[in-house]
Amino acid sequence: MGAPGIVSEGEVGRVPAPFEPHAVRRDFPIFAAPRERPLLYLDSAATSQKPRAVLDAMERYYTTCNSNIHRGVYRIAEEATALYEDARRRVAGFLGAPGPREIVFTRNSTEAINLVAHAWGRTYLRDGDAVVLTPMEHHSNLVPWHLLAAERRIELRFIPLTGSGELAIEALPGLLADGRAKLVSFVHVSNVLGTVNPAGEIARIAKERGATVLVDASQSAAHLPLDLRELGADFVVCTAHKMLGPTGIGVLWGRRELLEAMPPFLGGGEMIREVTLTGSKWNELPWKFEAGTMPIAEAVGLGAAIQYLRKLGMANVFAHDRELVTYAMEQLSGVDGLRILGPPADRRGGVVAFTLDGVHPHDVATVLDEEGVCVRAGHHCAMPLHEALGVPASARASFHCYSLREEVDALVAGLWRARRLFPRAERA
Amino acid sequence: MNDLFRENIMDHHRHPRCHGTIENPDLTFEDANPLCGDRIRMDFRVRDGVLETVRFSGHGCSISQAAASMLCEHVEGRTLDEIKNLGREDVLEMLGIDLGPVRLKCALLALKTLKAGIYGVNQWPGEDEDGAL
Repeated sequence: MGAPGIVSEGEVGRVPAPFEPHAVRRDFPIFAAPRERPLLYLDSAATSQKPRAVLDAMERYYTTCNSNIHRGVYRIAEEATALYEDARRRVAGFLGAPGPREIVFTRNSTEAINLVAHAWGRTYLRDGDAVVLTPMEHHSNLVPWHLLAAERRIELRFIPLTGSGELAIEALPGLLADGRAKLVSFVHVSNVLGTVNPAGEIARIAKERGATVLVDASQSAAHLPLDLRELGADFVVCTAHKMLGPTGIGVLWGRRELLEAMPPFLGGGEMIREVTLTGSKWNELPWKFEAGTMPIAEAVGLGAAIQYLRKLGMANVFAHDRELVTYAMEQLSGVDGLRILGPPADRRGGVVAFTLDGVHPHDVATVLDEEGVCVRAGHHCAMPLHEALGVPASARASFHCYSLREEVDALVAGLWRARRLFPRAERA
Repeated sequence: MNDLFRENIMDHHRHPRCHGTIENPDLTFEDANPLCGDRIRMDFRVRDGVLETVRFSGHGCSISQAAASMLCEHVEGRTLDEIKNLGREDVLEMLGIDLGPVRLKCALLALKTLKAGIYGVNQWPGEDEDGAL
């Protein structure tokens, strides 16, 4: 992976051990928990499982130095503050950010995008401006802009989809030609199609024409080697719970000069330098954007997750995802009446959504659940995308470092069972 | 075999009763469950306080479509007062299964559509007594 930057505890230069998914899986306690039948978890795009190292780190914080950060002058408060800020440094190093001050902790990706829409959007977007999005966005990168567009006259434009579920980026210069588009905000890896968008190229085209660029890395940050310096974006968001970390904490990275110029998002404790009864002065970056007591244990957990991911090696994680999605698509394509949504395996991450002719995705998921296979069914918070694809809903399997070929085999066996339960002829 | 796919449900799913539309209906209503995209439209013909004919159309999972089929079959020919008294328990009894909170909405979409169409009461059946629905 090409992201040295600022890291701690000798993480730099460590050569990842050979990647063995069965061994990786043993690091995740949920798979060993007693239950009726083995857990076959194919819903990592919704949320990832958590390795022991993450759970231990969070417990260690609670059992050894639980206290509020940036306030107490006693020892455990200093320890807690150090842990929290160390997590920030790890995130900066992992993403290849120039420094930890550009890393703002949020609740999740959704909150990070809302932060940009409020603090940046309300400052810089004027009546008549445009925001360029894509039809494959998660609702979290649509609704904040809808809210803004309801307040002022902002036009939403969309990079069109190709037939294979990729972005027709040759249309982007045209969308930017009149100079009104001030922001291009798009998903790096689609949570439905698995499409890996050419983020660097999109960012380059947008920046050349003066637009600011936001990349939603929710599905990519913990699945492929990501380097902010190569990406060339202005804002990047991601969320810990999809990165082997806990729920409740997400990340906004922003270029320092942009973050400096933005007003705060939420007001309260910690984000201020000085408060009088009638006014206040903002704290410096990144604390200006971190109002109230933050999820400290969760930050510690995220730091541990990042350390774990670096040990695995992000190139290994990506290769594993790619191998599984390739295998899954081969196997799925044999199932009678199954339609895979999105591009070929060599252009996607570890996500494959599909429909089974004549069987509602909810029924597919219910049949699979009987086999212990967890998949997502529905619109995956991407209703406009499903509309564009002409299907009301889909079922989705998604992978992470602990996913196994055996899980794909169980998925395919379950789908054949669904096929037998809902024969095609009767549904004609 | 999972209860969800027991024979009565699969039978109604494969061979829905009261399926279709009514030309020039007295009342019509369409509703959807935004969570899963299930969609049900019902057309009604009412004579002297009696639901003479009901037809449903739409798409969705086996539970939503089977529940619509069972419910329509059950209410056709009944008085509006009788229909008014139907609740979520009646639908669950027709289906004969226990459902988790997510699939419960699949099962109740038909009743919600029926009541909204006839009375304009557009809420999830049982919502009053159980906010968790």
